Amino acid sequence: MIAAIASGKGGTGKTTVAASLAAVWQGPLTAADLDVEAPNLHLFLKAEIAGRREISMMIPKVDESRCNYCGACSDICQFKAISVLGQVMLTLPEMCHGCGACMAVCPEEAISEDSRSLGEITWGKRGDIDCFSGRLRVGEAMSPPLIGHVKDAAQKTASERGADLIYDAPPGVSCPAMKAVTGADIIVLVTEPTPFGLYDLKLAVDSFAAFKRPMGVVVNRAGIGNDKVYDYCRHKGLPLLAEIPFTRSAAEAYSRGLILAEAFEEHRERFAALAEEIRRRCVSAREVTA
Amino acid sequence: MKEIVCISGKGGTGKTSLTAAFSHLAENKMICDLDVDAPDLHLILKPQIEATEEFYSGNEAIIDPDRCEGCGQCADLCRFGAVFESGEIYEIDPLRCEGCKLCVAMCPAEAIDFPRRHCGQWFRSESRFGPVFHAQLFPGEENSGRLVSLLRQEARQAAEKRGYSLVLADGAPGIGCPVIASLSGADLAVIISEPTVSGRHDLERVADLCAYFGMPAAVVINKADLNEDACMDIESFCRQRGLDLLGRVPHDEQFVAAMIQEKAVTELEDSPLSGRIRRIWAGIEKRAGLNEQKTQETIILKEEE
Repeated sequence: MIAAIASGKGGTGKTTVAASLAAVWQGPLTAADLDVEAPNLHLFLKAEIAGRREISMMIPKVDESRCNYCGACSDICQFKAISVLGQVMLTLPEMCHGCGACMAVCPEEAISEDSRSLGEITWGKRGDIDCFSGRLRVGEAMSPPLIGHVKDAAQKTASERGADLIYDAPPGVSCPAMKAVTGADIIVLVTEPTPFGLYDLKLAVDSFAAFKRPMGVVVNRAGIGNDKVYDYCRHKGLPLLAEIPFTRSAAEAYSRGLILAEAFEEHRERFAALAEEIRRRCVSAREVTA
Repeated sequence: MKEIVCISGKGGTGKTSLTAAFSHLAENKMICDLDVDAPDLHLILKPQIEATEEFYSGNEAIIDPDRCEGCGQCADLCRFGAVFESGEIYEIDPLRCEGCKLCVAMCPAEAIDFPRRHCGQWFRSESRFGPVFHAQLFPGEENSGRLVSLLRQEARQAAEKRGYSLVLADGAPGIGCPVIASLSGADLAVIISEPTVSGRHDLERVADLCAYFGMPAAVVINKADLNEDACMDIESFCRQRGLDLLGRVPHDEQFVAAMIQEKAVTELEDSPLSGRIRRIWAGIEKRAGLNEQKTQETIILKEEE
């Protein structure tokens, strides 16, 4: 089972929820931090790092001794990453999406594969939980390919161990978030009961509806703001999976890197119930499909 | 003209609430929401849209089932896993397609169309704080970086036309494509941080990003009373990295109260936060050289007189 913890608005508590779920999860678990731009899950899970690997992407390298400057590569490139300026080839590796189109169309086979670093993946253990994390290289614009690599690595380990997977997704609803949520069995949307939280929740629901997977809402910092998030959930038929009340002590515990479910008994019970609810909804969604 | 962008790395540190307050305090400025993915500034500014423009960017490959002969070459070539078998023929998953055109060019049956992708809209608006440029990427769409670049370019041009001295922008969280697009060539990044382990960690990421692009940056610590040790740690990090410290803002329920009233927190009457935020804004003006610019403008005006 794969549960993606996503949001829309940043800072609503995705990592808080993901870390607490991991702490109370029953049975084998793999946790993957897919917010590769601002990865924070490791600050809470504090896994012992077992290894790291640099991840790179294929980019073109032109052998100008073979190039006839026909321009087929620059004509097909949709990302302005390769161009012919008279008798000079110019490549802009930062713009390249690694599609390989330039290589495929080059009549002289003058383009070979080079690579550009996207960042790194780290993995390790927290007790029995396998933890994976991606870290985008500072200055790199494209996070989705690295997110894909973290998912592949986490899924491989999870399937070897028959473990469930929790994804801590990046904020937003564009390509990085979509890439992270793809393939999840259930999408848990963490929001807060404020106008910003509501607006971005609506965006997330509209975007993630494309995956046709069960979705549910966790309202974090319950008690601040107003009731409009609840009205929206009722209106949309979105199940309210849990409410996490705002308390100053919880905010302070978070600031120190504590996992709510471990720091407070009442939160442990709350997240255990949420974990059960997520599992139950996944199973029943599967039965419906079957 | 100066361009100031508020960023944070970590989401939810208070970028938009503080940008709204700065928009209230700043003079002669163009306001710009560069979080085109999950934009929230308009919820406070309530802009009246004066012009809506469509945003097209890139293309997407679509297999025509009548022309597809089912050879599968597209599936073999696609590096994004976007092509899948569907009965005797093939289909493309629009959520995975990057629009690279490789399959279109190589299809022996010429069965793949390549229409432009309609990714979102952008708006020119007026608000009580002045003109606003903002946008909305359609759900799940790509190319947010291109939309950010376009929006900035439009805002700058409009600001120059009006003789404004400032473009004030609210950025996106993270350090990836839209954030990079919002920073390149701007004058000052204002980093909104918070004294939490995540805030501290992501501050370093975003400070590294600013350094990578040679961008001057200054730091506000929001929700400062949550953790004094973490505040001091952030302040020592800033001194060590040569980042200007603009000041601290406490965690205060007035931010949410203001948001619900669709107001900037500095618009609330008797808000104890107002004074602090005014001082921080004055610091930003100074840091960005806006005061000098103002003084120069005054001198020029006086000379003209």
